[in-house]
Amino acid sequence: MKILVCITHVPDTTSKISFSDNNTKLNSAGVQFIIGPYDDYALARAVELKEASGGTVTVLNVGEADTEPTIRKALAIGADDAIRINAFPTDSYFVAQQIAAVAKEGNYDLILMGRESIDFNGGMVHGMVAEMLGLPSVSPVMKLDIDGGKATLSREIEGGKETLELNLPFVAGCQEPIAEWKIPNMRGIMSARTKKLEVREPAQAETKTKLDNYELPAPKGEVKMIDKDNVDELVRLLKNEAKVI
Amino acid sequence: MSVLVFIESADGAIKKSSLEAIAYGAAMNQGDVTALFLGQIDQAELEKAGNFGAAKVLHVNDERLNNGIIQAYSSVLAQAIEKTGARFVVLAKSALGDPVAARVAIKINGSFVSNVTGLPDTNGGFKVTRSIYTGKAFANVEMTSDVKIIGIRKNAVELNESGSSATIETFDAQLSDADFGVQIKNIEKQEGDVLLPEADIVVSGGRGLKGPENWGMIEDLAKTLGAATGCSKPVSDMGWRPHHEHVGQTGVKVSPTLYIAVGISGAIQHLAGVNSSKVIVVINKDEDAPFFKAADYGIVGDAFEVVPKLNEALRAAK
Ligand SMILES: Cc1cc2nc3c(=O)[nH]c(=O)nc-3n(C[C@H](O)[C@H](O)[C@H](O)COP(=O)(O)OP(=O)(O)OC[C@H]3O[C@@H](n4cnc5c(N)ncnc54)[C@H](O)[C@@H]3O)c2cc1C
Repeated sequence: MKILVCITHVPDTTSKISFSDNNTKLNSAGVQFIIGPYDDYALARAVELKEASGGTVTVLNVGEADTEPTIRKALAIGADDAIRINAFPTDSYFVAQQIAAVAKEGNYDLILMGRESIDFNGGMVHGMVAEMLGLPSVSPVMKLDIDGGKATLSREIEGGKETLELNLPFVAGCQEPIAEWKIPNMRGIMSARTKKLEVREPAQAETKTKLDNYELPAPKGEVKMIDKDNVDELVRLLKNEAKVI
Repeated sequence: MSVLVFIESADGAIKKSSLEAIAYGAAMNQGDVTALFLGQIDQAELEKAGNFGAAKVLHVNDERLNNGIIQAYSSVLAQAIEKTGARFVVLAKSALGDPVAARVAIKINGSFVSNVTGLPDTNGGFKVTRSIYTGKAFANVEMTSDVKIIGIRKNAVELNESGSSATIETFDAQLSDADFGVQIKNIEKQEGDVLLPEADIVVSGGRGLKGPENWGMIEDLAKTLGAATGCSKPVSDMGWRPHHEHVGQTGVKVSPTLYIAVGISGAIQHLAGVNSSKVIVVINKDEDAPFFKAADYGIVGDAFEVVPKLNEALRAAK
């Protein structure tokens, strides 16, 4: 089985976000970049599937050269090879076109990614890629089992989950608990250095949105502390001051 | 010009977030608002769409669409856009709406922006503000395509009721076998509970509650407030609560009017999922818990003491 795992290169979940260049660029000073946590789940499941029944896992990232350490980490976790599309991921539509172009050429049985990136939280690239390829798409996927050409998976719905069946190939947006995150071991890290990381120039593609600028939320006011023996005061404040109950 | 609004139901009623999507569509002031509903439902329920600003409801009364199937739903939505000639499509952010809209954007060569927090700015171009970095920032983006699909976050607009009722028109969409390539084998769903992403009030518990057996007081408090229950990640990881209640960076992002956090430390990944709540109340026995910095009201105390007392006080105040 040939699996393609698409990963994002995003600020660590603990990062403080700020902007530069007149609020048009992320200020990356001091920011640690990681594989998107949802993508990391997708990668972990892909590696498990490969270990169980053979095949290959290729990771794909649309990004400039600074994403390579993140891609190497995915190789250390257990992907066999990697492709980097050498372009800034301008918007979801642009990224989806790049992924679709790679997927068309590679004939993958399964295309996995996170259910959303944690920088732009769009949650749309899997659907776009699937539509471009004429394949089914499922998201958010919490469980994925493959038996021959058939997959059984569980998708989270509001208030519960549903079990689905479909034939390969398809595109899935993944989330926990599809697999446990994998931490690369020493052997993985050593072998990642020599695994193939192919850099391709982007396919001709359009964007559908244009960034004006970024903004930070207004700072939060002071917290009002209430004595634990005076919960009536909290009720009064929620009623009369905050007016939320 | 016209606006098409994709609406969903829960427990037989139009979801509140979908009513907000209708209200958003009306407030955009870009022509008549038509709502689109897929699957079987009580007609009187659909008429209510009029109360929030829809002139008409297109109803695809097909039993195969009673459950959300991403591909089938996107085929229908794309056909409805073509039929109505809508230039704007509005939907509420949901586990179904987002993946459906993504496919539709490709089908109709349009743009899709999700997590939109307010009405568009139409002075020169068409710009919307969307929440990014899991609520840590916003982006102002221009949508440059002809047809624009807008996924709104909860509380993007206020609901105003007009008292009108919508006319209902049956819409016979064309569906193929390929649209049903994904087969639903089983659905496990809590009926009658307030859905977490929909809730105006959320009561959430963390590891400080010590075990699943102690969730009774959280549920009681939620019941008093008509709230949904949520939890922190370790709580769902340990199986104390179902995964769909997990709030935060890697779980559900909520934006209720009131979020009450009990025994949750306030790790940045948890805060990321709740920081667009209007008012946050934190109950924690540790006065240095980071959550207090993100709170509007705080009580330092033992949850096992404070929560039942608070529940009683709330009930008395009703
Ligand atoms: C990539 C990544 C993604 C993550 N995503 C998420 C996410 O989406 N959501 C999420 O929640 N976490 C997430 N986490 C985990 C997060 O970092 C924290 O570990 C987690 O939120 C802690 O949960 P908690 O507050 O319930 O538990 P703890 O941190 O153990 O806090 C328990 C709190 O309860 C208080 N307490 C104890 N006893 C009582 C009592 N009797 N009465 C009152 N208070 C009491 C304590 O003072 C403490 O503050 C993520 C982590 C990573 C690395």
